[in-house]
Amino acid sequence: MAGHPRQGAAGQPSAKPTAVLLYIFRRLLNVVVMLLVVATITFGIFFLVPWLQHTDPVLRYVGKNANPVAIAGIKVKLGLDKPIYEQFWLYLKGLVAGRSYSNGPDTTWCPAPCMGISTQTQTPVWGQLTGDFPVTAWLAAGAATIWLVFGVGTGVLSALRKRSVIDRAAMVTALAGVSLPVYFTGLVASALFIYNLGWLPESNPNVSLGSDPGAWLQNMLLPWITLAFLFAATYARLTRATMLDVLGEDYIRTARAKGLGEGTVIGKHAMRATMTPILTVFGMDLGGLLGGAILTENVFNLHGLGYDALNGITKNDLPMIMGVTLFAAFFIVMANLIVDLFYAVVDPRVRLA
Amino acid sequence: MTQNPSAEPLVDVGAGAPREFLAVRDLKVHFPTDDGVVKSVDGLSFTLERGKTLGIVGESGSGKSVTSLSIMGLHRNVGKKLGPRISGEIWLDGQELVSASKDEVRRLRGQKMAMIFQDPLTAMHPFFTVGQQIIEGYRQHHPEAKKQQARSHAIQLLDRVGIPQPDKRVDNYPHEFSGGMRQRAMIAMALANDPSLLIADEPTTALDVTVQAQILDLIRDLQQEFGSSVIIITHDLGVVAELADDILVMYGGKCIEKGSSAELFTRPEHPYTWGLLGSMPRIDRDLQDRLIPVKGSPPSLINLPSGCAFNPRCPYADRTGGRSTAEVPELVEVTPGHLAACHLPAETRQRIFAEEIAPLL
Repeated sequence: MAGHPRQGAAGQPSAKPTAVLLYIFRRLLNVVVMLLVVATITFGIFFLVPWLQHTDPVLRYVGKNANPVAIAGIKVKLGLDKPIYEQFWLYLKGLVAGRSYSNGPDTTWCPAPCMGISTQTQTPVWGQLTGDFPVTAWLAAGAATIWLVFGVGTGVLSALRKRSVIDRAAMVTALAGVSLPVYFTGLVASALFIYNLGWLPESNPNVSLGSDPGAWLQNMLLPWITLAFLFAATYARLTRATMLDVLGEDYIRTARAKGLGEGTVIGKHAMRATMTPILTVFGMDLGGLLGGAILTENVFNLHGLGYDALNGITKNDLPMIMGVTLFAAFFIVMANLIVDLFYAVVDPRVRLA
Repeated sequence: MTQNPSAEPLVDVGAGAPREFLAVRDLKVHFPTDDGVVKSVDGLSFTLERGKTLGIVGESGSGKSVTSLSIMGLHRNVGKKLGPRISGEIWLDGQELVSASKDEVRRLRGQKMAMIFQDPLTAMHPFFTVGQQIIEGYRQHHPEAKKQQARSHAIQLLDRVGIPQPDKRVDNYPHEFSGGMRQRAMIAMALANDPSLLIADEPTTALDVTVQAQILDLIRDLQQEFGSSVIIITHDLGVVAELADDILVMYGGKCIEKGSSAELFTRPEHPYTWGLLGSMPRIDRDLQDRLIPVKGSPPSLINLPSGCAFNPRCPYADRTGGRSTAEVPELVEVTPGHLAACHLPAETRQRIFAEEIAPLL
């Protein structure tokens, strides 16, 4: 069989490391631009909302009966007397390098990234966000683990036992999970397990993993399950649909034609193709959740970013809302980047360019 | 059922192991659906000797691929609520496959019998390298083989099927191969365990015309080298013309004509085979000669036309004295080794072929 003409192009070498680095650099630049856009919009809101309410933003920082001199002083300290473009510049500068709010000797240093001063606590927003972030992170991580295991597991089982009792039961449960909001399932679960059966203690926002791991675990159990139920339902449906598609692919038949056992066909060939889109969605979901799970945190009284967000909204704490939004945007944009990079690693057909 | 008791029995269900390498007897594959039972294969019998090539020819939905999947044991949910019902016998080298356990058939798959699929792009896993996919099949049946040994075997195979720089291409993914290369790699994968039966299901249909001949040449060369029996499934008589020793023509899930390749091309008996020959493009013909299509479309496999399934499309159905719509024609031997299922009297058929068909071919 000599002299076969070479068909098509020779194998393309995998992307060079420099190309990958260049790609990552470009994407990071994108991230910065995205965050700049979000910062601009939130900054706009900071002025738009008081304008619509016919108030001065400075009034949020002072008491109801503050005298005009004090108000003027605070206005100067916060820089609210300056033109808007200058304030915007100071805001951006504060994000990158930190800024100091000062009116003569009365100086408050707001370290980078300075997202402003909370009108409620009169302290930099950033400090509050970083203080509350672990609560959100633990909530997201725990729930993600549960929903990934149960959601994907149920989906695979459903796909393999299509139209069986297990499949139908799982899909009805999943439909319930997708349809029922957290403020329903969460409250029902609390009523049942905390107040009715008494299996778990009342939620206490003050315990942390460090202070009392046992109580913390009890505290987090219901939030994890409630949040995971919502997501597990979506993942079960997604996994089932993807798995069924994959099982119908020709390459699965090829795998069987090679005489591979069903375990290898499903566990290796089918799962490899099924997990790729699921992990993509997972990255996005996790990124979104790290910015705060507003409903879950408030239903279970967990003082994380979602709690801060709602609190900021109800108390009209604009810098806090801006901070949480920017913080959440950061995680979403980063999650997108990571998912794209991950995709290039797992799917050899994707080339970074 | 056969009209000729002296010839090899066509259908002798339960007669024990045959002497042929592959013997399919009265194979029926029926799929229950909401609209009724789809009789994809309905009473198919054939045999294949070691080292020989059989071409199975027919339109889409004639039951060709379903037959090959039955031999490979690749039908899913067999006997379950919505799965196919398979009956009859498939004997491969003295072992019956229809009644064999799933595990027994699985151990034969990829080792004793292997398959080349139609579209090599979708038939290969996009996330594993070509080498990994060949090695996997080899080690499945050679668990003692070391990784390095399996890898060099894969490289040898790729070299054998004509892939340049096989030691480099072994680490490529399928999408980095061209269509023809991919089919070569697919063939290498099928040959990994030196199978005695190779089934090629439309191996060239998804390929560029210029590559088709190369792949067919390759299959023929490999068959001579490995001594495997080959079944080539195609809708294109041109594909099997030079490759097959015997040809079996399927229509509506049944065999309507079979015989040696030479016989079928020179003395075809069935009007449907005439139609296939007439619709085959040939380069030795003048351009102004048009192809003669077989009129109509393939029959529904749920409600086959009564009598001969081909009767609505058969231009000569009116010459059978009404039998074509009343009786299902039996497969009878016309000349030794050449069988056809047609109601037309043999003399009438020969006259029609000689006077009306042959001049046009």
